[in-house]
Amino acid sequence: MLAYVVRRVLYAIPILIGVNLFTFALFFLVNTPDDMARMHLGIKRVTPEAIAKWKEERGYDKPLLFNTGAPMLKEKLTQTIFFEKSLRMFAFDFGRADDGRDIGREIRARMVPSLALALPVFMVGLLIYITFALGFAFFRATYIDFWGVVACVAAMSISSMFYIIGGQYLVSKLWHLVPISGFSGGLDAVRFLLLPAAVGVIAGFGGATRLYRTFFLEEISKDYVRTARAKGLSETAVLFRHVLKNAMIPILTGVVAAIPLLFIGSLVSESFFGIPGLGSYVVDAINSQDFAIVRSMVFLGSVLYIVGLLLTDISYTAVDPRVRLE
Amino acid sequence: MSDLPSRAALIAIAFLAGCSGASWNNPYPASDAGKNILYSSFAERPKHLDPVQSYSSNEITFTAQIYEPPLQYHYLKRPYTLIPSAAERVPVPRYYDARNRLLPENAPARDIAYTVYEIPIKRGVRYQPHPAFARDAGGQFRYHHLSAEELAKVHVLKDFEATGTRELKARDFEYQIKRLAHPRLHSPILGLMTDYIVGLKEYAAQLKAVNDELAKNGTPDAWIDLTRYPLAGVEVIDDHTYRIKLKGQYPQFLYWLAMPFFAPVPVEVDRFFGQPGMAKKNLTLDWWPVGTGPYMLIENNPNSRMVLARNPYFHGETYPTEGEPDDRAAGLLEDAARPLPFIDQAVFSFEKEGIPRWNKFLQGYYDASGIGSDTFDQAVQFSAQGDAVVTEKMEKQGIRLSTAVAVSTFYMGFNMLDPVVGGLDERARKLRQAISIAVDYEEFISIFHNGRGIPAHGPIAPGIFGYRDGPSGINPVVYEWDGQAPRRKSIEVAKKLLAEAGYPNGVSARTGEPLVLNFDVTARSAEAKSMLDWMQRQFEKINIQLRVRPTDYNRFQDKIRKGNAQIYEWGWHADYPDPENFLFLLHGPQSKVKSQGENASNYVNPEFDRLFEQMKNMPNSPERQRIIDRMIEILRQDAPWLWGFHPKDYTLFHAWVKNIKPNKIAYNTLKYQRIDAAQRDEKRSAWNRPILWPTGLALMVLVAFAWPAVVSYRRRERGAAR
Repeated sequence: MLAYVVRRVLYAIPILIGVNLFTFALFFLVNTPDDMARMHLGIKRVTPEAIAKWKEERGYDKPLLFNTGAPMLKEKLTQTIFFEKSLRMFAFDFGRADDGRDIGREIRARMVPSLALALPVFMVGLLIYITFALGFAFFRATYIDFWGVVACVAAMSISSMFYIIGGQYLVSKLWHLVPISGFSGGLDAVRFLLLPAAVGVIAGFGGATRLYRTFFLEEISKDYVRTARAKGLSETAVLFRHVLKNAMIPILTGVVAAIPLLFIGSLVSESFFGIPGLGSYVVDAINSQDFAIVRSMVFLGSVLYIVGLLLTDISYTAVDPRVRLE
Repeated sequence: MSDLPSRAALIAIAFLAGCSGASWNNPYPASDAGKNILYSSFAERPKHLDPVQSYSSNEITFTAQIYEPPLQYHYLKRPYTLIPSAAERVPVPRYYDARNRLLPENAPARDIAYTVYEIPIKRGVRYQPHPAFARDAGGQFRYHHLSAEELAKVHVLKDFEATGTRELKARDFEYQIKRLAHPRLHSPILGLMTDYIVGLKEYAAQLKAVNDELAKNGTPDAWIDLTRYPLAGVEVIDDHTYRIKLKGQYPQFLYWLAMPFFAPVPVEVDRFFGQPGMAKKNLTLDWWPVGTGPYMLIENNPNSRMVLARNPYFHGETYPTEGEPDDRAAGLLEDAARPLPFIDQAVFSFEKEGIPRWNKFLQGYYDASGIGSDTFDQAVQFSAQGDAVVTEKMEKQGIRLSTAVAVSTFYMGFNMLDPVVGGLDERARKLRQAISIAVDYEEFISIFHNGRGIPAHGPIAPGIFGYRDGPSGINPVVYEWDGQAPRRKSIEVAKKLLAEAGYPNGVSARTGEPLVLNFDVTARSAEAKSMLDWMQRQFEKINIQLRVRPTDYNRFQDKIRKGNAQIYEWGWHADYPDPENFLFLLHGPQSKVKSQGENASNYVNPEFDRLFEQMKNMPNSPERQRIIDRMIEILRQDAPWLWGFHPKDYTLFHAWVKNIKPNKIAYNTLKYQRIDAAQRDEKRSAWNRPILWPTGLALMVLVAFAWPAVVSYRRRERGAAR
């Protein structure tokens, strides 16, 4: 397995270079270093000299990808914005944002609020979705299952914005139960996280429960389940002891791969609930055309995604002894 | 088992109650109850808090409370009046000729080679407590030579145990002016100031050479001690007096002296933050401002909140004793002569979205709020006399409305280099005049700004010298005076002008082609779509086809810079209350294409330019007004802009906020505001009592739905067992 993991890590390097190149190309397709300087320096009284100075100071005065003015091929490739801005990231040195703040430090600070919201949503959500999906599978072909699926389809058809605004309106504005937005450190954070976490769980309920129900129904129709029933096992025992275990493989695939999506998935929630996490960091960076932050976050997201997929593969071996990583 | 959910709910409720006292939705710690704290919000992270760089309003909101420039604006008087802040008095300029001979006060501008401002500063003013001033037992600065080990223990400014202070000196003002030219800082006013402050341009070049040398030696981040390099245009006379020498005459310089760009920065602070490794920990002057003002920044987390607290060493200032005639009746002089500031702390929470911000204001968790277009009808209604007042619901809550016309202008500009709409010939002028009449800005303000604005008759905003109200202030090209108010000329007049311009019925008399004009805009939202449709309909009134060319802001700016736009929209907010700050937007030498200036329309009229040069250095006087009147007349005839409108700012305040008078130029107004914290607490508790029955109902509904499933499950299990 170690060889497999090493191989996958090595595969990740060209993927990350590709992602970096792609982000770079996309960003500079719509923004020029001059645009970035103007955005940073403001609208009023920006002189060409100030723009040139800003670019020079931040290394944006060089060619983007290929330096035709450099004497040797090595310099032609290395004395470019792409090379100078990308290389350090592989050592997780993200450098400075355009406003001068250290990006690595900012990411570390913002990771805590992001995870404080994403983790409960992820864990509680998973528990609730599996419970309901199992319940619907248990009552398959009954009115409970029918109306449950109808509710799921209805829930997944509604925009997450509706849940956020509706939740804030009902719970905070009308009933005055929790703060409408904001964040605080320590145990006090619970007050601020209750509503966004509940909204996160409810917003994901329809899609996830319906998907897991399908996994369970697929397992229920298999021969080993019929055998278990024939042996006289109760339906509860069949579902919890056999079906749940076997349905965990497709569930794991989705769940582990969804970890990085959770990481960036709170873009809207964080903005609306005033949680100073990584999601709002990305949104702010895009709005202010801060390439340093955008590329760092895309790089970090890619790394996490690759790690997530690797963990998915490893987790297969844990839940299915037949799977071997070679 | 069955009562588990209700037990959990009870535990949660008890937890919440324990957390925050009476109001569960209170976003602030219960320990803050009753404290003299002002609560506000900010929607955009400030990028810079270094006074040499900060320029945006979201930055000056903070820096203006912390730094004290030499001058400030009177809080209550209008028109805006300069008064001393850190200076002992408003300096009087002294003029010199090219041979440094003193000239009389009324010397003509052409004779004036230099202007000298001698600025005496107040004595006994001290800086806020800060580790940069802390000294050890031997009198040496305690934190100016930090080792790597010492720095490793520091993460935030509070980690420095000791703080100190010292008296404000004239050299601190000199040091800050030198910082304008610092090669690693990007002062937005450096370009402008090098035109005026003697030697600043050369000083910037000298510092750049020093910086390049450091970079060459492998120490690009090493601190540059500016005290080693004298600046010719600034002279420190003694500890409490300094002089600034300007090239020529520049009366508007006094207004710049009221901005944080000219606030004092002590060298010790620059030295402290300039140590290696400090920037890596985000410990910079750009994020931890140090001033002598009434407040100091004690928490800087722009991702969440920023907190200003009373500076314990503030030298003291008193509330104004005079203002405008109505101010006494409005209760704005009740605190006259009382010591400032009134508020102990100001908590600014980062609130990006409008909905939570608005709801928190209604719940009493923000003391003031702006009004978005989506909440306008909820907050404001118009009386029979057409005055804006708060709605009954707001009135019941004790919410008050304050309105003020901003010193801003939003206009539609023509690119004067364009072969169709540009140029000063009669054809193009009449075409622009026809469009000026056709685009009904009264309707625009009513539909898209809920009536929050006044139609502009020229570039100068109300409240600025040179602006004229009433019949003498109307734009005769577009309006007629009906005895009561200006009335837009009929569309027939516009059509006639269009025909005279060579486009009868919107068709070119020369080519027979319909007239199609291009409108470059950045707005592409759904809301903007209706605005653009409306704009197209305005042009259709005179049979001109308006082609909208939406683009992103970068491309838009690029088009403007290169002169590729035909018609565009833009706005300007005044830096200072002087007509020069508006009229320079149409000054020929400021042309965007030719000189990258602020004249985005590339308008050049030799007579206007000549009058501008004459007017800009004059003190406010009838003679200056006469010149401005002529300049405005030229502009109205040439019509390089559709003058658009001056926006009106509406702000809502709770009853417990006192001494609010909108000031559209000054930002250091926090010190004048007062809060009745007891009243606020009482109202908050009354408005935010938790309502629990929906939670109980939701639990009961859940149980009601789950019950049949439980029964069915048991029945099945029993069936399977049999």
